[in-house]
Amino acid sequence: MAKKEKITASGPKKKYGTLLTVLFTIISLLWISPIFVVILNSFKRKAYIFKNPFGISNVPITRGYDRWVKGVEKTFVGFLNYTNAINKTGFFKAFGYSLFITVASVALIVLCCSMCAWYITRVHNKATKVIYLLCLFSMIVPFQMVMFTLSKFANMLHLSNPVGIVIVYLGFGAGLAIFMFTGFVKSIPLEIEEAAMIDGCTPIQTYFQVVFPIMKPTAITVAILDAMWIWNDYLLPSLVLNVNKYKTVQIAVQNLKQSYGQIDWGAMMAVLVLAIIPIVIFYIFAQKYIIEGVMSGAVKG
Amino acid sequence: MEKAIKRYWPVFVLPTMAAFIIGFIAPFIYGIFLSFCKFTTVVDWKWVGIKNYTRIFFVNGKLDTTFIHSLWYTALFTVVTVLIINVVAFAIAMALTKGIKGTNFFRTSFFLPNLIGGIVLSYIWLMIFNSVLANYSKTIVSTQWYAFWGLVIVVCWQQIGYMMIIYIAGIQNIPGDMIEAAKIDGANNWQMLRDVIIPSLMPTITICTFLTLTNGFKLFDQNLALTGGNPGKMSQLLALNIYDTMYGTTGWQGVGQAKAVIFFILVAIISVIQNKLTTSKEVQA
Repeated sequence: MAKKEKITASGPKKKYGTLLTVLFTIISLLWISPIFVVILNSFKRKAYIFKNPFGISNVPITRGYDRWVKGVEKTFVGFLNYTNAINKTGFFKAFGYSLFITVASVALIVLCCSMCAWYITRVHNKATKVIYLLCLFSMIVPFQMVMFTLSKFANMLHLSNPVGIVIVYLGFGAGLAIFMFTGFVKSIPLEIEEAAMIDGCTPIQTYFQVVFPIMKPTAITVAILDAMWIWNDYLLPSLVLNVNKYKTVQIAVQNLKQSYGQIDWGAMMAVLVLAIIPIVIFYIFAQKYIIEGVMSGAVKG
Repeated sequence: MEKAIKRYWPVFVLPTMAAFIIGFIAPFIYGIFLSFCKFTTVVDWKWVGIKNYTRIFFVNGKLDTTFIHSLWYTALFTVVTVLIINVVAFAIAMALTKGIKGTNFFRTSFFLPNLIGGIVLSYIWLMIFNSVLANYSKTIVSTQWYAFWGLVIVVCWQQIGYMMIIYIAGIQNIPGDMIEAAKIDGANNWQMLRDVIIPSLMPTITICTFLTLTNGFKLFDQNLALTGGNPGKMSQLLALNIYDTMYGTTGWQGVGQAKAVIFFILVAIISVIQNKLTTSKEVQA
């Protein structure tokens, strides 16, 4: 915080400050305005979304107030698009699957990868070295390289369901997570763990009572980065999951576009709003952790 | 202590490694093997040597330019987005570290699009683009260049906030006394930027450049949802081209897998260069 204040002091003089505030208020409102346009259009009759995406009446106000109000009434349909969208996509079910897959995968990645990272940093032999190098290597492999074989293997191993895909995410996300956790474990002084072991703790007790609490900041970073990745992932679940039975939110949105390219834009607007709301709520509550996670994630990754 | 821990590998290492083998190692090795085979599932393979690799470029003795087109289209797309995202993100980060009122709110709104996934983002913009372009009887897939700039806008909107956060972290780490010293020496704003701020931000600039570079190269969701590769595969970036080859036509899975191997090699080369650059910079600092 002290550093920030020093830079502040070297910034522009006060009179530019107000000007910049006004300028940035306008820019940042414009920046998020597409989201407001979608919210506005989600309440409109399908036919008016493309005719008049930014207005609220199909009659200009210059033609008289009464006619303008009638235009407003004609343009909006209340929650019709929402009921359509929920029926067409099975939104709440998809939301449930997305939530389960994200929470379970993130929890499993944080738990298993931090344990693995601690072990391979503390135990020095060829095997742990190879594991570390493989993790580094996996970080540079794009998903397209493994998508066909991975989805077929997952199918053969009966992992094409919301529980099985969690294991797939653990496997594919292990590289980055282990890399970040090992970076942190290296900075933990050995003495603390040795003291715990001398006091009679088994390695498992040592890990859960001493090491894991120290790792909390890295655990939060990994959790945030992986949650953002898994919640928004489209390709992996669309290939691994049995999509006739299980849809995530992303798959549900993409499926609104039919095979011949036709889109029900009323339902689409509504489903977009439904998909954005939980993210915004999560963002408001976890903003501090998200921003910190991105900052420290970038420095290490 | 090491000995005591060592015996516990089934608890600490086994679960992650089992998943890692299923989720990464086995698919990766088998994927390389399959790129030399003709197959439709993973069990009906037939060895064909490098035929898949030649079929990327030559079909029935004729040159097929689809892959080459998507290669340079991706390269161009990546260069344009890297430049725009980094310049704009850096400029915003500079402004938002001056301590102006409302900084927190601005930072929050610039970052927000990044949390929304590529599919959802693309449909937001598809609606906006097509309703504006409808006035000129055009759509976002009228030509490959409409599609190109559409994708650029969507990706910039998504990533500028993310890179801005990283730049802000970098700027806040510049020691305050360094800036004070430059000021006392009489540096003007431009000199300050060129000789003090940018040089001390080099590690951050390297990180952001390579993040945007690999993001551009690997872009898939936005491409699929916004343009679907239209018109006529002309706006297919590499990742979508591979997907389309693999799942679009039966009998071409092997060619798709071969393309994926080439794609992997390209991404790996970029990552190795990045690693060389970041580590050498760290040594200097």
